[in-house]
Amino acid sequence: MVVRMSAALAALCLLSSAATAETKLTDPQIAHIAYTAGVIDIKAAKQAEEKASNKEVKQFAQDMVRDHEAVNKQALALVKKLNVTPEDNDTSRALSKQASDKLAELGKLKGVDFDKAYVANEVAYHKTVNNALEAQLIPSATNLELKNLLQTGLKLFQGHEQHAEHVAADLK
Amino acid sequence: MGPGRYVAVLALVLLAAACVPARAATIQISMDNLEISPAVVSAKVGDTIEWINKDMLAHTATARNGDFDVTLPPKKSATIVLKKAGTVDYYCRYHPNMKASLKVGP
Repeated sequence: MVVRMSAALAALCLLSSAATAETKLTDPQIAHIAYTAGVIDIKAAKQAEEKASNKEVKQFAQDMVRDHEAVNKQALALVKKLNVTPEDNDTSRALSKQASDKLAELGKLKGVDFDKAYVANEVAYHKTVNNALEAQLIPSATNLELKNLLQTGLKLFQGHEQHAEHVAADLK
Repeated sequence: MGPGRYVAVLALVLLAAACVPARAATIQISMDNLEISPAVVSAKVGDTIEWINKDMLAHTATARNGDFDVTLPPKKSATIVLKKAGTVDYYCRYHPNMKASLKVGP
């Protein structure tokens, strides 16, 4: 399967390569990136809840909203507890911009075309987010609770990636 | 109630308890960090299964054979009473990697 890499994915790839070469990400930046990545997937899922024609795709989208909202709720509680203000940064901004482009692109599709494009993007998006978590965000996090939350996130999102691959295979 | 009658009542209660052949047990199973533990549980008809969801995520305990479909909101628990013998495989509909089974004896 050839998945066209979206701009948002390119931004995350940039993150992994740029961040290793440049200065280490701080916890407030990591929290912001992780939260933003969650918001992006929730928005994509809400679009899919409305537009998807396939029942399995709709259910997958509901799962994404439920899980990513739960993780982001936890993330907000944690930054509040730690008295940390998530810090906007180039990676978060690039992610948001490019995700809204993707949302517009998917918005033009209908029926099974939408379903396939949404699910393919979910596979690729989770793959890239998971790589970024594993290679960059988790190793860079200094606060133990933040690190633990990211690790739980990684385990959860690896499940999402498998789930999305499964749905993609069923759509063929 | 005088002490004598109290003892008599207590004796009756104990006798009644002793006459029940096997006391139904409550077996606790946790859902923690996307894992069901213990993954295999042996129980008997009449026992209660209590799932305890320790995660911030919602889970389900869904029997593959359709026997039960229990929803577990974050940090909540729920119970079922086992009605029939047999092995039941179950999983979480939201996180299908979470798999476990109940071995229910008569």
